[in-house]
Amino acid sequence: MATRRWKNGFVRWIDARFPIFTATHHQLYEYPMPGNLNYWWNFGSIAGIILVVMIFSGIFLAMQYQPNTAEAFDSVERIMRDVNYGWLMRYIHQTGSSLFFAIVYIHIFRGFYYGSYKSPREITWLTGCLIFFAMMATAFMGYVLVWGQMSFWAATVITNLFTAVPGIGESITTWLWGGYAVANPTLNRFFALHYLLPFVIFAIVALHLVALHTTHSNNPLGVDMKGPQDTIPFHPYYTVKDLVGLGAFATLFAIMVFFAPDALSEPDNFIPADPLVTPEHIVPEWYFLPFYAILRAVPDIGPIPAKLAGVIAMFGATLIWFLVPWLDRSKVRSAKFRPLYQVFFWVLVVNCLVLGWCGKQLPEGVFLTISRIATGYYFFHFIVLLPLLGIFERPRPLPYSISAPILTPSPVSPAGRLELAPAAAGDEARP
Amino acid sequence: MTASMRLRAAIVAVALVVLVVVAAPDRAATAAEDGARPPIPQQLWSFAGILGKYDDAALRRGFLVYMDACSGCHSLRHVAYRDLSALGVGFGPEDIKALAAQFKVEDGPDEEGKMFRRPALPADRIVSRFPNKQAAQHANRGMYPPDLSLITKARRDGTNYLFAFLTGFEEPPADAEVTPGMHYNRYAPGQQTGMEGVLSEDLVEYDDGTQASVPQMASDVTSFLAWAADPHREIRHSIGVRVVIFLLLLTLMLYALKREVWAHLHERKEEAAAAARARNEDRDHPDQAEMPH
Amino acid sequence: MDTADKHAPDPIPKGRPLTALEEAERARVQALLDTRYMADLGPADAGWGRRQFLFLTSVATAFAGLNFFVWPFIDSLNPAADVQALASVEVDLTPIKVGQSITVVWRGKPIFIRHRTEAEIAAARSVDLSQLPDPQPDAARTLKPEWLVVVGVCNHLGCIPRGQRPTDPHGAYAGWFCPCHGSHFDTSGRIRKGPAPNNLAVPQYTFIDDEHIRIG
Repeated sequence: MATRRWKNGFVRWIDARFPIFTATHHQLYEYPMPGNLNYWWNFGSIAGIILVVMIFSGIFLAMQYQPNTAEAFDSVERIMRDVNYGWLMRYIHQTGSSLFFAIVYIHIFRGFYYGSYKSPREITWLTGCLIFFAMMATAFMGYVLVWGQMSFWAATVITNLFTAVPGIGESITTWLWGGYAVANPTLNRFFALHYLLPFVIFAIVALHLVALHTTHSNNPLGVDMKGPQDTIPFHPYYTVKDLVGLGAFATLFAIMVFFAPDALSEPDNFIPADPLVTPEHIVPEWYFLPFYAILRAVPDIGPIPAKLAGVIAMFGATLIWFLVPWLDRSKVRSAKFRPLYQVFFWVLVVNCLVLGWCGKQLPEGVFLTISRIATGYYFFHFIVLLPLLGIFERPRPLPYSISAPILTPSPVSPAGRLELAPAAAGDEARP
Repeated sequence: MTASMRLRAAIVAVALVVLVVVAAPDRAATAAEDGARPPIPQQLWSFAGILGKYDDAALRRGFLVYMDACSGCHSLRHVAYRDLSALGVGFGPEDIKALAAQFKVEDGPDEEGKMFRRPALPADRIVSRFPNKQAAQHANRGMYPPDLSLITKARRDGTNYLFAFLTGFEEPPADAEVTPGMHYNRYAPGQQTGMEGVLSEDLVEYDDGTQASVPQMASDVTSFLAWAADPHREIRHSIGVRVVIFLLLLTLMLYALKREVWAHLHERKEEAAAAARARNEDRDHPDQAEMPH
Repeated sequence: MDTADKHAPDPIPKGRPLTALEEAERARVQALLDTRYMADLGPADAGWGRRQFLFLTSVATAFAGLNFFVWPFIDSLNPAADVQALASVEVDLTPIKVGQSITVVWRGKPIFIRHRTEAEIAAARSVDLSQLPDPQPDAARTLKPEWLVVVGVCNHLGCIPRGQRPTDPHGAYAGWFCPCHGSHFDTSGRIRKGPAPNNLAVPQYTFIDDEHIRIG
């Protein structure tokens, strides 16, 4: 990238040595954005902002928190009662974690709907999956820091998952705990990792953006940008559109922080951790419920005991996302042009909500049956449906380009379907 | 096309219904596990809702009930004496100092390396009858009387539950099985609890002339404990109202700006579409116009 | 219809001449390239005044909002309510006999409270103020002559002067001596010799009654 000629001498001096101004100008004005992104494309930038809010509020909370089993719960209460605006910081962090997951889930399912994981955006998708993995680990460890009953028993149950590993499971668990049960060493290392991981996430987000800016954004039509007629600069169009979404999101965030901060909390977590008393229901935070349902739904599979099979299925439920770019055989990206996939997409959404609901119930009777069916369907969708749909589904005719539906009165011109590939392959919409 | 749109609409509707079901509290599960336990009656609290305020007089009465009826077993270890200044009349700095001084806390070590007991200061947390959890447990037949600082948050629908619990002690019905050493309570989980029904008519003497009936005392101490669990509730709500109004305005402004910025683009789009339409017509009738070049 | 037709269109192989239809489409797109209707936007466009107004008010509002967001976090680093509650301490003076000193902790710092002897009071009051590096009469440093209350931190570089116990060094002026850099303080806690620029500070305190003081 050649540096621009800037009028201001100071800017020119900096830019010649460190082309921050040229790079910013490039990203804001020259980098082509599809002209037709809808509001579902806001969620990426909102997720980025909420990550910053989480890190910011987390650092200030860490300045007041005591990562010691004797003091952790009380120090959280001290933050809530005595620290100036401590209640606000803590509620921002607590509500923020829930909303972060909500936003990221929408972002992921937007990717599923519009086929954003397909060539050439596989690496963008994979880095996104990595972010989600790191988020799950961070959220889990953050939840433990409160050191209430749910914190303690969530830590116990989740770390006990590793005992399912044949042979070395016990050793792994002892190593994770730094002792023979969840205790002070565990809390200490969870605190250290909870502080570290968000910065790792931040770094992966950078990779996510590098990959995205190499392949450019997907769009609701799923067709490539063919030229300037399809593109608009990021600024001012998407800066202002993202800000509208951000404003609406901030309003929702504020309503939850100020008026219903504990709406998503479990009452048991207001009881200090007691290693000798297990609460009647151990329920994870809502964003883990579908995975929790899968964990408990799986029965013995042949020689694999239910415990190990459940753990494999639970991790598999997210790991399978890494394979989606290759499981989906359809070349059409957007579900707009895939009548069957569109239906199955919504069935998957319903299925995930059902799994979440099952995750809240005791795994008995009808709930167990429903969880098993839903778990089975979940994997069926990814492993069977996605490849088969690519082969048997007949997509609707694609527009030639993003601007084509605007520029031609009907998708099918009187002269018959126009099916033109990019005139110049790899044309990046730059004049 | 329309059929698939109908299908899609149906699926979205199902998704919404499922979402509502998932988000709703799992009453089914709660009802199943508690058997005969009746639903918790909902009370009208002065502090309910966004604009609700704690009733200072009720908090003061509730503090009295806590001190007279509850503090014998239950601690309140997250509340400091200085926090009681929120209770208003009768809780000025000197009153609180005098109140705190009635209790002794362990401090030290002194110059000789010995721990000593000194009168509590306003800065100290409310002194518990028992030095630690084990002592409290031991003195109560192995059942730990829970700390009350967060009790209304630590139970589902905590304020209503607490009031129901405190007024739910009664003679067990004939078919109720009560474990020896336990007490029947209509609203307790499993309808029995280790705690005795301690509230009785005129147990405390209110100095504001309020009749100390059992529901009155239960309501007052529930208000007090709701405050103890959530002392910043009023300020949180009042800041919240302002923040939400501010953000709504800001969002509206940004939306207006967005429309302004994009209007230009939509105009251009219309122009281009019109031009393209014209060209398409030309192409569809080549006898009337030249082919585009 | 071939199978590829079901999915995305095939790219046109390099080198194959375009059909008339393809050529027409390409020309149409090329014509649009010139209009650049989406990408072209300049401040000179009509409607800028209204937009500028909306832009500036939104930015100003958002910036104000950001400040409101940041302030609670900044304020959280100020002393919390439990720290503030200990910002004043009360001291019972009855156990301190004449000629004795005690040290109490106030806001994390040692406070020297000395029940001075008549001789010490006389020594403190008879000094020629013009000889002092930081001239201050003893009467201005005490509420009652027999009680001296000072912050026991040498204002040179923050060390704690010695002299509280009878066996400590008291310096050349029978008061306190800072071991770090050799500052000598007199019986009124005033600097007499050494690098400290000022006298030992007198904290804000009041007598609640004859035997009790409240510091802070």
